[in-house]
Amino acid sequence: MTPSALPSSSREAPRALRITDAARGSGDRVFGAVGAVAAGFLGLVLVTVAVCVVHLAWPSIRETGLSFFGTSAWDPARDVYGALAFVWGTAMTSVVALCLAVPIGLGVAVFLTDLGPRPLRRPVSSLVELLAAIPSVVYGLWAAFVVAPLLRSSIEPALAAIGGPLFRGPPMGVGILCASIVLAIMVLPTIATVSRDVLAAVPSELREGALALGATSWDVVRLVVVPHARRGLFGAVLLGFGRAVGETIAVATVIGSRADVSLSLFAPGYTMSSVIANEFPSATSDLHVAALAEVGLLLFVVTVAFNVAARLLVRGERYGRALTVPAGNR
Amino acid sequence: MIGARRLVAIVGVAAAAGLAVFATWSRASRADAPARVIDGAGATLPFPLYAKWSSELLRVDGTLRINYQPLGSGAGIRQMSDGVIDFGATDEPLTDEQLKDAGRDLVHVPMTIGAVVLAYNVPGVPELKLTPDVIADVFRGTITRWDDPRLREANASVTMPSEPIKVVHRADGSGTSATLTTYLARNSEAWRADVGLGVSPRFPVGVGSRGSDGVTAYVKSTPFAIGYVELTYAKQASLPIALVRNRAGNFVAPSIESLDRAARSALDRVPDDLRISLVDSDDPGAYPLTALSFLVLPRDSRDREKGEALARFAWWGLHEGQRYAAALDYAPLPRELVAHGERVVRELRAGGEPVRVAYEGNGG
Repeated sequence: MTPSALPSSSREAPRALRITDAARGSGDRVFGAVGAVAAGFLGLVLVTVAVCVVHLAWPSIRETGLSFFGTSAWDPARDVYGALAFVWGTAMTSVVALCLAVPIGLGVAVFLTDLGPRPLRRPVSSLVELLAAIPSVVYGLWAAFVVAPLLRSSIEPALAAIGGPLFRGPPMGVGILCASIVLAIMVLPTIATVSRDVLAAVPSELREGALALGATSWDVVRLVVVPHARRGLFGAVLLGFGRAVGETIAVATVIGSRADVSLSLFAPGYTMSSVIANEFPSATSDLHVAALAEVGLLLFVVTVAFNVAARLLVRGERYGRALTVPAGNR
Repeated sequence: MIGARRLVAIVGVAAAAGLAVFATWSRASRADAPARVIDGAGATLPFPLYAKWSSELLRVDGTLRINYQPLGSGAGIRQMSDGVIDFGATDEPLTDEQLKDAGRDLVHVPMTIGAVVLAYNVPGVPELKLTPDVIADVFRGTITRWDDPRLREANASVTMPSEPIKVVHRADGSGTSATLTTYLARNSEAWRADVGLGVSPRFPVGVGSRGSDGVTAYVKSTPFAIGYVELTYAKQASLPIALVRNRAGNFVAPSIESLDRAARSALDRVPDDLRISLVDSDDPGAYPLTALSFLVLPRDSRDREKGEALARFAWWGLHEGQRYAAALDYAPLPRELVAHGERVVRELRAGGEPVRVAYEGNGG
């Protein structure tokens, strides 16, 4: 229930209660119980998953300790496990993906709420949402058969001409850059739609006020709307980051699957989720399974942390501010 | 209140993801499946053949359904030891330790012979000869260019391009990796020290790709790439296949004949439990990267119906099944290996008693 809805419903409550007191009482109790069971069940599943993963990972946690996070040696044939390369690869692909997706995503959001011609807003909005509906394995195939050859034959050689530590090594096609590009496209809908909602929640009084003071549309976006929605936009980016960190199949297809720490975007890498997808089905030694579970545990903690942080920020923007500011005007 | 709703939403999303994972995980362990469906998992190498068998067998015997998941030899071994599937399939016989750790008594039945090939994509090089040392150094990263002197030496008749070698290997655990690394470890001390052998070796160079189809696609679309796959995949993609030097010093192409030679040369050293490897045969005409693919069955099935179905499947595969091998680039088993297989199948039990299957001389 929203705070603004509370006063009106509490004013009408006594009459409604008099009419259907008995029926409503039992109906409410049943419905409440069903809801509580459902909600409790979901929480239980989350806790169960966490407990199971910790249990599965325990041999590895005990065996490798902190060195698990400090070394990139991952050699199942010799039972040596270190997750640093996966953490590095996950961070690298996610950050590069965000560098590509955030400017575009924010641009789309501003277009949809403030700058775009009204007849175009709805179709563009549906198109962006459609991107989110494409299964990730399809993105993976598209990346392997279209993006990777394109990168190898033209884009990577062109970038290599610029030079620098980021563009070093032979153009392989698959690798960190390819995975980042696919991730960027996959997180774009998240960033664009959440940013759109956040921007739409900026009170129109602020926009009108700025316009009345002689600001252009661009000034309004730049000086009023975006600064006002700052926190929510940051949340949108964090949500996109959470999505990028957890993405599996599309990344596993084009990441190149090498447990190495390299600064070059051309180099093949590995992410936490793709190593689990690749190796878990065929892991034979108990320690290998446990090490993969520990990688999973790390991924679980990181994604939950990012999602909670992002949702707290976005919530503050969408409901808190949007409702408190106009409350004084009404 | 909003907070609670949001929290439920977050918890819900996580729970749904968790449920999905759990569902996939436990898929292989359906206990309530009809008795005449037998579930198996394991090696990808024989998968095209097993798929063919499963559809042919269904035509002969409409009540017997084979559900085979090509998850890799490693997965077959693990799921079989855990008892979540009715049969496993592997290109590498189980080690003594794996047999000891398994929750039940397991037997091996040889089913078919396949080849792991080195497929490459180098314009202007129609034929490529590789020695084990060169393969080891390419996949170890000490030979990095196609015009390396050691590659030119073995391939004097062709002009090798001055281009970097793009190595691709399996990213998922695979029996093809095991076959290749077994061969390399036997022939190259450097390989043994640097990489070792197994289904998930750590290759020092190159990119990893998922599945034989992933490796094939990468080689196909990448000039100057080299990778290893099962023979059928390379043939279907019409990729050139390297000749590999065998123990006798000859460069041999994978063919039904050279696979058969590898199998026949091993006949006099088949142990009672049939756990042999055909890799690196000393026959002068044998292809060295030859893999013998096994079914792994419980010696004593708990369920009589399943026990009979497994025996019938194995028996059919040993006889009628061999007819479909050559068309899919597998070598049919030599008669002596079939006889060994027959012996193991006849000894299968269910609930402690012999399995009752009509073993006709030619399968039936």
